[in-house]
Amino acid sequence: MSGSIPQPVEPGAASPVDPVAPIDRTGGYLGPTGAAAVVAASRATPARWRLLLRKATFWAGASIVLFWVVCAVFGHAIAPYNPLAQQLLAANAAPSSAHWFGTDQLGRDVLSRVITGARDILIITPLATLLGTVLGTALGLAMGYIGGWFDSVVSRIVEAILALPFVIIAFLFVVAVGSTVLSITVIIGLVFTPLIARTVRTAVLVERHQDYVSASRLLGENSARVMFGEILPNVLPAIVVEFTVRLAYAVFAVATLSFLGFGIAPPTPDWGADITANYSGLLAGYWWQTLWPALAIASLVTAVALIADSIEQVLSA
Amino acid sequence: MAAFLLRRLGFMILTLWLLSLIIFFAGQILPGDPGRAVLGNLASQSSVQALDHQLGVDRPLLTRYLSWLGGLLHGNLGTSYTFRSAVEPFVRAALINSVKLAVLAFVIVVPLGILGGVIAALYEGRTADRVISVTGLSLSSVPEFVSGIVLIVIFGVTLKALPVTASAGPGAGVFNQFRHLILPAIPLVFVLFGYIARMARAGTIEALNSDYARTAVLKGLPQETVIRRHVLRNSLLPTITVIATQTGYLIGGLVVVETLFNYQGLGNLIYKAAVGHDFAMLEAGVLIIGVVYVVATLIADVLLTLLNPRLRIGGTQ
Repeated sequence: MSGSIPQPVEPGAASPVDPVAPIDRTGGYLGPTGAAAVVAASRATPARWRLLLRKATFWAGASIVLFWVVCAVFGHAIAPYNPLAQQLLAANAAPSSAHWFGTDQLGRDVLSRVITGARDILIITPLATLLGTVLGTALGLAMGYIGGWFDSVVSRIVEAILALPFVIIAFLFVVAVGSTVLSITVIIGLVFTPLIARTVRTAVLVERHQDYVSASRLLGENSARVMFGEILPNVLPAIVVEFTVRLAYAVFAVATLSFLGFGIAPPTPDWGADITANYSGLLAGYWWQTLWPALAIASLVTAVALIADSIEQVLSA
Repeated sequence: MAAFLLRRLGFMILTLWLLSLIIFFAGQILPGDPGRAVLGNLASQSSVQALDHQLGVDRPLLTRYLSWLGGLLHGNLGTSYTFRSAVEPFVRAALINSVKLAVLAFVIVVPLGILGGVIAALYEGRTADRVISVTGLSLSSVPEFVSGIVLIVIFGVTLKALPVTASAGPGAGVFNQFRHLILPAIPLVFVLFGYIARMARAGTIEALNSDYARTAVLKGLPQETVIRRHVLRNSLLPTITVIATQTGYLIGGLVVVETLFNYQGLGNLIYKAAVGHDFAMLEAGVLIIGVVYVVATLIADVLLTLLNPRLRIGGTQ
């Protein structure tokens, strides 16, 4: 409802499918092509999914994510030093053979903190996205299937929430209730709910008038069964696309919150928080203390965005 | 068209009202006791109660909401918990600073993004297209503080070419202010480039494939004339919507950039209010961001109706 006009489509003309779609950071603006991708995704066959394995961008993204998952799980075993051990005499040391990424203000090994810092962000983001996807799917199914005043009222509320940038609204709630792994997970999940609900609603509206839906209603199935047993399996591919897109955004949001100081409390290694803690060192010329965690965040966000983008391309091609 | 605009205006007011409810809930109900939050855990219960009374937060919720809402309608944004004075002058000054930064970013990114998108469309599927699209995706998925840090390391610390703080200090000339704003504007440009280029590309491809573009080519018009007079006019419509929706992001997403570069804008105001538990200030700042977004969306709708004869005649959407 953000005012985009449905453009007349030329019969037989090549549809302007994007080779790459930037991750959606404003909070879920789906342009004309985004909405088309959702519809296309709900028509995908298993053969389409296998095309994914032939995409270089998918493999690039997946290997980077896998690398960080290994770091998150086995971080403390891989890291050359204890990420919490302070060596005040070796503080602010430049990268060397002893400390490949240098040391921070407290003399802690930056490489070890980057490796172990993967853990919290990789716990929070999938859980938060999953929570948002489950709640958003339920809400979106109800909005699309029940329709009427229920849909209108919820749509208005969703639109009001979307009037705020996603990070701002997450920030507002995290400030209000405090930041723990649990609260950040729940807040990001809840803020994702309306975004995902809107996408699912779009997909459900397409399915709603299909013959199989009418048939199952004529058979006397109740609404819940039609929604979850008949429509849900048909919109599932669209939900998978939505999940991966949101996952990239969750990584971005969690990193931003912790950069702003509303993430995981120190001294736990955390990329965003480490950047903030060592920011004064950056201006003094100790670039390695902030640059490596910054690049770690960038690599993870970009990797998830690449995966999301490959899936979207494969399904909507 | 009047009916369409009136409907949009009605929705806008409804959205703003819902937004006020959400913000009031997050800012007034969730945090619990504002007096305790401001004074900290060590303050005595009697001084907390005195402050609560002074701030008016010991009244019933409905009374508080109505008086807050009534104040907003009279342009009174509330009283800062920290400064014990009206919030409005702080918000006004911060908004002006943020607008300066946002305008600079827009002035750079809009022509650049449209140019990039149009070039990508003209070379669809070829190297230039891939380069522009992949660059756009990468740049827009990297969080602002990551690109900001890389820029600070390169231009501020290593080359010492540009100042790393955004404020030029009081009484600085226009050029000096501009010089200080270049580095903070670039991360915003990075983020927005991908979106604008993507929409411009999709719109251009669609227009290039249209019958009227083919007719123009077949009647022998030079390619440049076809693009300028027939393609661009039609392709830029969806781009306008994107630019308007990004205004909300730009004003709100400034939290990170303004914190990183220590610029006294709206984002920094929200951040400092959050750190200091100044919920009155926080609510006012967040509300202004919502208002800016909603108004920008409305302006985009009006622009689109003016530019697109189909909507002008069609009346309602």
